[in-house]
Amino acid sequence: MKNLLLLFIAVYGLSIAAFAQSDKYVSSMKANLALFDSTNANPDYIALSNTFARIGDAEKTQWLPYYYAGLALSTEGWRSKTIDKDANAVQILAFMDKAQALTTDSSDLSEIDAVRNMAYTQEMLVDPQTRWMSYGKEAGSSLKEAMKFDPNNPRLYYLQGMSLFNTPEAFGGGKAAAKVAFQKALDLYAVAQPKDLHPNWGKVQTVSMIAACQ
Amino acid sequence: MICAQLVHAQTVVSGSILGSGKKPLHGVSITIKDSYDGGTTDSLGNYSFTTTETGAKLLIVTYNSYKEVDQPITIVAGQKLTVNLTLKESLNELTAVIVNAGSFAAGDMKRGSVLSSIDIATTAGSNADITSALKTLPGTQQIGEQEGLFVRGGEGYETKQYIDGTLVNNPYYSSVPDIAQRGRFSPFLFKGTVFSTGGYSALYGQALSSVLLLESIDMPEKTQVTAVLSPIVTGLGFQDLAKDKKSSWGFSYNYVNVGLYFDVVKQTPDYFRIPQFHNGDANFRIKTKHGGIIKYYTTFAYNDLGLRRQDIDSLYLKNAFGLTNHNWYNNLSYRENLGKGWKMNLGTSFSTNLDQIDQQVEDSFNQTKQFDPVTQYWMQAKNFTVNSLQDMFQVKGVFEKKITGISSIRFGSEYWYAYNKPVFNDTLHTQIDNYTAYFAEASIFLTNDIAAQIGGRVEHSTLINKTDIAPRISLAYKTSKDAQFSLAYGQFYQKPEATQLYYNTNIGFTKATHYIINYQFLNTQRIFRVEAYYKKYDALVTQVPLSPAYYTYDISGSGYAQGLDIFFRDKKSIKNFDYWISYSYIDSKRQFLNYPTQLQPNFVANNTASLVTKRFFTKIKSGINLTYSWASGRPYYDIMLNGSNKYFINNQGTTPDYNSLNFSAEYLPNLGKKNARTFIVLFASMTNVLGSSQIYNYNYSFNGSYKAPVQPPANRFYFIGCFLSWGVDRTQDAIDNNL
Repeated sequence: MKNLLLLFIAVYGLSIAAFAQSDKYVSSMKANLALFDSTNANPDYIALSNTFARIGDAEKTQWLPYYYAGLALSTEGWRSKTIDKDANAVQILAFMDKAQALTTDSSDLSEIDAVRNMAYTQEMLVDPQTRWMSYGKEAGSSLKEAMKFDPNNPRLYYLQGMSLFNTPEAFGGGKAAAKVAFQKALDLYAVAQPKDLHPNWGKVQTVSMIAACQ
Repeated sequence: MICAQLVHAQTVVSGSILGSGKKPLHGVSITIKDSYDGGTTDSLGNYSFTTTETGAKLLIVTYNSYKEVDQPITIVAGQKLTVNLTLKESLNELTAVIVNAGSFAAGDMKRGSVLSSIDIATTAGSNADITSALKTLPGTQQIGEQEGLFVRGGEGYETKQYIDGTLVNNPYYSSVPDIAQRGRFSPFLFKGTVFSTGGYSALYGQALSSVLLLESIDMPEKTQVTAVLSPIVTGLGFQDLAKDKKSSWGFSYNYVNVGLYFDVVKQTPDYFRIPQFHNGDANFRIKTKHGGIIKYYTTFAYNDLGLRRQDIDSLYLKNAFGLTNHNWYNNLSYRENLGKGWKMNLGTSFSTNLDQIDQQVEDSFNQTKQFDPVTQYWMQAKNFTVNSLQDMFQVKGVFEKKITGISSIRFGSEYWYAYNKPVFNDTLHTQIDNYTAYFAEASIFLTNDIAAQIGGRVEHSTLINKTDIAPRISLAYKTSKDAQFSLAYGQFYQKPEATQLYYNTNIGFTKATHYIINYQFLNTQRIFRVEAYYKKYDALVTQVPLSPAYYTYDISGSGYAQGLDIFFRDKKSIKNFDYWISYSYIDSKRQFLNYPTQLQPNFVANNTASLVTKRFFTKIKSGINLTYSWASGRPYYDIMLNGSNKYFINNQGTTPDYNSLNFSAEYLPNLGKKNARTFIVLFASMTNVLGSSQIYNYNYSFNGSYKAPVQPPANRFYFIGCFLSWGVDRTQDAIDNNL
């Protein structure tokens, strides 16, 4: 009986600790995710990326902090004109590798490949004419992989739309083709039910891109 | 209350992080190990964060390409803690300085490339000839009367070409007097090109001025059939890529006949045998387990031509030159990762080349005319036949070992067996040379910003029975992210030409010493390079007259070249428009061959410049390329022998400036079309659009009373062609993957 009680206390104590830990994780993640959408005119995405990486390193088993650490750098990559896109992409891809090692869920893997697509695209855009063959191809195969993992991930169609939007019509791109992809993304966003803390970005951008396609 | 405060006591940790050169670093992550607590530095390198952790902890500081620092700290609750650190950059091949004084790299994956492989093919005026495209880079001369790359005051034969590490003995189609011939190898065979205009690595030798290093592609992108159709050339090719992409094989054949073209575009010489060329090639490639590859390439070529021109010594006589050439080239290479930081490059090549030349003076009825060999020896000397066989076999091995960081050492050896058997009229000269070289080179990176490449080469030739030792040193220092300075010094030796060694083998190596200083700014959008050099020539081959009709050779010549090469490329300033500008200034004099004193050679123009532009219009799927090249006039000489067997300049002058505007355009109708099974490229080009008169040199009559300009066989060259490929095109593939 005494042993049972001890066991009970031990289990109870552990679960409290676990719960407390998890609570800290969730609240930290939420607080930092809020920074993504902050209205701050000059958001520091590198600091945000570092924060997520820190959470990831401390947690050791969560893929989402690494995912967001990469996503923050990707956001900075789109925004900044001065950042070294090659070095930035190397870091994004390293975070994606860390994230991928911690999940086997196919919709998670689809999200990870979507970020990889952006990293390669950013490297390609440094010098599209010469890098199109190499990085352009990598970007394309990441998106293909992502679609295989989860064809209902709305972000993939948003990314596809962006690629089409920026591809000349003569090469099969253009606004009309892009709009089809954006519309599909929007339809999927409407039915998407993202889990807590899981990726949930792109809808606002999709809506504004549909407007840009008119 | 007090209790609550104790539990939540927060400590401020702050400080600043500096990088190399005490520069503040922005974006450095500072973390207390195994906690959520940490901060990021601002643009001044300062950070500050609060933590609830206490006691002995590890502060982990990480930043991009810098070495991670794990700093032990002790946090006392509520007591402000300051930690200032200086980070050291970790050695990184992607950001380190590049040791490249003297060399231009072209290739899609090479760091520090100034050109991509497609640039070589799309440079207007090059017509897919590697040498022509490289003539738009600084340091080269616009020579149209001879094949070869004339680099920084050097003769064409002072530049050597290597494919996958081994020397190519006959890189150009056989010489025709006063008409430059094309290179034998298509730029599409290669994924990378390094064109060194001086100060090159100890891994290569036997070139006083320059080496052109060509690296063949590893695997083709796809299985495909290709064809080319043009009034000048027809060809067919097949390339197979295994499903697992671990092996491939292929072959191609093309036939060139300029008969139809010469009917339409009149040529100055009278071609009594219309130039025709048969070319066949085959290859296989096998990837090995550990990331190595075995590659084999072979090409066979046959060509024949004959042309007749006005004789320089008589209005009534003509000079007829006929040439038949057979060439077979083989290259087998094996690259392997041996593990533990070791790499191996083995290469072997064999080539055989047979030139059958007949040259004669003809009368107005095209009948051969003979002259008295004593009283009219200069005329009789124009009647000859040559059957020249040149075989060359080589083996080369290079081993590379990574030492600390990104530093490495390379060493190896090579052996060349050269067999030359020319039959001149009825006289046979046989020449065999066994050439052996040993070389070693260390690339040492002291930091990411400072590197040195130190090497040496020992060479021995049995034919001339001489050994030499050639040291090579290069240093590079990075001044900012995209800018660097480099220095290079080296000694270079070269065996005299085979045609000279027939007269006398008792002479040594010719020698050049290079001193180079280079500044380079390079990013993906803009490249600016300026390079100054001084080059000293010793032991150049000179002609020693024995009698009016006979001479021998020694190596008592000397000379120098000094100058400045500037290169600027810009893809940024004008959208979708890419251009580069080259400018070279050179001052060079040498005493060699029959030059009586040190003279500016007739292949050196003091100023040369090129503007190369490329623009692709995606809407109409077409590209337009224009190249403009200019060179100041070159000197020309009439050198004669006086009564006491001494050379003197009987007459001299300077040619007019050289100008050439070249144009090419391509149209890709199926570009971007989904499911198109045929990929088509329509290509058209025209050289010397403005029709500028181009005079390369003057030929003098024997008595010096008459001179005739050396000009291209036609003022302009036109090409139209259609290139087809079946199979899924690789550009198509890239687009599909992107959508």
